[in-house]
Amino acid sequence: MQTIDMATTSLRDLNATLQAQAEATNQTAWEIVNPKGSHAIAVGLDAPIEVTVKGSTGYYCAGMNKQATITVNGSVGPGVAENMMSGTVIIDGDASQYAGATGHGGTLIIKGNASSRCGISMKGIDIIVHGNVGHMSAFMAQSGNLVVCGDAGDALGDSIYEARLFVRGSVKSLGADCIEKEMRPEHIALLADLLERGGCDAKPEEFKRYGSARQLYNFNIDNAY
Amino acid sequence: MKDDHSSAPRTVPIQSATFSNPVNAEIRRAAATGIYDIRGGGAKRKVPHFDDLLFLGASISRYPLEGYREACDTSVTLGTRYAKNPIKLDIPITIAGMSFGALSGAAKEALGRGATLAGTSTTTGDGGMTPEERGHSKTLVYQYLPSRYGMNPDDLRKADAIEVVVGQGAKPGGGGMLLGQKITDRVAQMRNLPKGIDQRSACRHPDWTGPDDLEIKILELREITGWRVPIYIKVGGARPYFDTTLAVKAGADVVVIDGMQGGTAATQDVFIEHVGMPTLACIREAVRALEDLGMHREVQLIVSGGIRTGADVAKCMALGADAVSIGTAALIALGDNDPKWEAEYQKLGTTAGAYDDWHEGNDPAGISTQNPDLAARLDPVEGGRRLRNYLKVMTLEAQTIARACGKNKLHNLEPEDLCALTMEAAAMAKVPLAGTDWWPGKPGTTF
Repeated sequence: MQTIDMATTSLRDLNATLQAQAEATNQTAWEIVNPKGSHAIAVGLDAPIEVTVKGSTGYYCAGMNKQATITVNGSVGPGVAENMMSGTVIIDGDASQYAGATGHGGTLIIKGNASSRCGISMKGIDIIVHGNVGHMSAFMAQSGNLVVCGDAGDALGDSIYEARLFVRGSVKSLGADCIEKEMRPEHIALLADLLERGGCDAKPEEFKRYGSARQLYNFNIDNAY
Repeated sequence: MKDDHSSAPRTVPIQSATFSNPVNAEIRRAAATGIYDIRGGGAKRKVPHFDDLLFLGASISRYPLEGYREACDTSVTLGTRYAKNPIKLDIPITIAGMSFGALSGAAKEALGRGATLAGTSTTTGDGGMTPEERGHSKTLVYQYLPSRYGMNPDDLRKADAIEVVVGQGAKPGGGGMLLGQKITDRVAQMRNLPKGIDQRSACRHPDWTGPDDLEIKILELREITGWRVPIYIKVGGARPYFDTTLAVKAGADVVVIDGMQGGTAATQDVFIEHVGMPTLACIREAVRALEDLGMHREVQLIVSGGIRTGADVAKCMALGADAVSIGTAALIALGDNDPKWEAEYQKLGTTAGAYDDWHEGNDPAGISTQNPDLAARLDPVEGGRRLRNYLKVMTLEAQTIARACGKNKLHNLEPEDLCALTMEAAAMAKVPLAGTDWWPGKPGTTF
């Protein structure tokens, strides 16, 4: 286990060290202590290493991650795992706005709640939230899966494209062009896998599925009203 | 006996200036279709522009340089504030961001070839970076856009600079659209969306909402790219003083201001013509912001929107810009709106010089299209040669003017080299109305 103490190591040196790890590195376990809510911790990683952040972080933790498994023993600020390409990011606490924004791949697991705009413009990422998500979650979500074991706020899935949304609790309101959809056997199987990967104590049958009505796919002036 | 009025003079029919034929035609079109007009390009209305400024040239109080022989440096370095590797260009005329998707692959290649031959940079656009574009552009600026279509850290690290796009002059506050006709398999794959649907480009970034957030976003981008490359912030010309101030505060190495004549691939005509400010009105306010912060020439300023000639380039330099960016002019150099395609423009209900339905993908010149048959009309090697020639001419023109003003470097041009032909241009450029020593708003004067 390699330990980096942010009380004595600069953010630049921290990220440069982690980014320098090669695909075949044998130094696969890293621990970051004293994160002090710093922004941009463990961003741009591209190696199959495991990084544990011992505390809470600021904005954009694990941004643009590839391959790495990053665990935060705390809560995270806005934009955790934004534009993630692959790998896994696990948040033990809560996540602020824009969690998993524009993520292209990989898995983001939030064991607490996520704030507004969770999964905004997601492009293939899987996001699994044990608690609730705030308003405008999955706004313009293109592809991937968002699982919410708790409740969803206003305007869920506004202007959604092909992403799949699974919510166990209540949905305060659906956004434009987002509708409830039938849970077919393939969706139950998909959700079962997601719940297992996310370590969720929930059954797929308890969830409802939401997705695009595909009524906004071609431009029409009436959309403006 | 009644008077015979049959041969009396009659009132001549007068067309209304308010309800002109084009206005009436648009009312009829709207009434018939129920949809507003979408088009490409920038503002077509006449606004105060660089044509309203003149250089004074040398006289007894100014000493000119020999037009063809004496050195006149045109190089510029962009991104000197924080980046380890600033951009060094031979000429201060860059190619603006235009996407693969909006443009054909051959058109992007031609831009890369021409810019590289001329010693300048090109810029990606919405949809991400293509291997062809990277391969043919020696210096490539990667646009970081609200949609994040095609955005990935590998391409980010391949870029020579990153341009965070907050807005553009054709539509400050608006997003973009790429209609389904242009969404081929490849474009759809790059953008993670189904083929054939109309793709909307978001009007705001998904993971930051203001200048404080933007500062942290830029920190993240720098951490991911090792603080190697410059970070530009591009804004539409709307509040240039405050936007420039906030961009500098957020950590920009370079600020790009795009006036309302700057083009877009597609948006509503009402947006293009009625939102934003003329390019001329943006430059001095942006420079004033930089000067107030003590950052003029430390943070570089790029101006775009309606740049056509070396005279326009020289005027931008004189008003305080470090470089300019061209989009529409570069496409025209490649062959856009060429009269040789007039018969085909006619079939599309338009005429050469007025064609702006770039979003429909039927461009006879093969530039703003994904139709392989049309795209094949543009030879990227020949297109590159034409763009190189055009950039060379612009540079020679700007040098000619600079030498006439006694400057051995383009960037030594100054507002004192200019006068204005109109009150409006004088006020916007803050240079004297021709024949006077005064402009509206000049400190110490009243108006």
